[in-house]
Amino acid sequence: MSLPAVTVGDELDGRTVTLTRADLVRYAGASGDLNPIHWNERTATAVGLPGVIAHGMLTMGLAAQFVADWAGDPAAVRSVTTRFTRPVVVPDDDAGATVTLGASVKAVDDDGAVTLAVTAHGPDGKAVLGKALAVVRAR
Amino acid sequence: MAVDASFVGRTWPPRTYRVGAEKVREFARAVGATDPVHTDVEAARAAGHADVVAPPTFPVVFTWEATREVVDDPALGLDFTRVVHRDQSFELHRPVVAGDELTTVVSVAEVKQLAGNDVVTFRCDVTAPDGGSVLVSTATLVGRAGDDA
Repeated sequence: MSLPAVTVGDELDGRTVTLTRADLVRYAGASGDLNPIHWNERTATAVGLPGVIAHGMLTMGLAAQFVADWAGDPAAVRSVTTRFTRPVVVPDDDAGATVTLGASVKAVDDDGAVTLAVTAHGPDGKAVLGKALAVVRAR
Repeated sequence: MAVDASFVGRTWPPRTYRVGAEKVREFARAVGATDPVHTDVEAARAAGHADVVAPPTFPVVFTWEATREVVDDPALGLDFTRVVHRDQSFELHRPVVAGDELTTVVSVAEVKQLAGNDVVTFRCDVTAPDGGSVLVSTATLVGRAGDDA
């Protein structure tokens, strides 16, 4: 399986994912991260947050998934790294909060490895991940 | 309390985690991973894997737990309730699949102080029973200093 042909500077088609409280509860169970700031408004506001926030690792998981889908093979994802710059506040309603993902090609190595600079923005348009990189190489 | 720089290089006892197919399926659903290699053994085998494939950030399921245990070590002097997860990385040397029995060793990779806060980078070296490296993950945590004014 080969990766889509790209050159440095190419922008990948982006994706917007909507997160509701149900998604946070599902991720809490799946990951084992039961920190109540991700599902309990009372706890979140008590520690100074504007409300319940998504797990940074969930946002990172969505970003990794975006990259895996572009590659067409989850096993092609060789590394992912990020900084968590801002929380994604998820309201207690059916609309939830959006995370908009994008990426640009930062490097293409001789061995075919592609380094992507990945971006993720919250509903207010501000970056929620920083310095996010993924390296993808076909198997 | 500041974390002592002498902790750099210290390791904690290994922990073993067995990757279960249902956990992989559950995690895949939670991050929107719809490729059938995550859920269907036949699809995974057709793609050359021994069993269903874990999404790239799945290792957090066991590395976070292992790291948490170290953070709770009173010798380190971090207060988990005041810790913020600042950075995370995964370097995957091969895909994680159901049936893997993985051993995680946590070590302190770096200790810094930034504006009075402890900034500690934990490294997890994850290996297969034959000793081969499966992945390396790092998590940088910021332990917020005392009461903010």
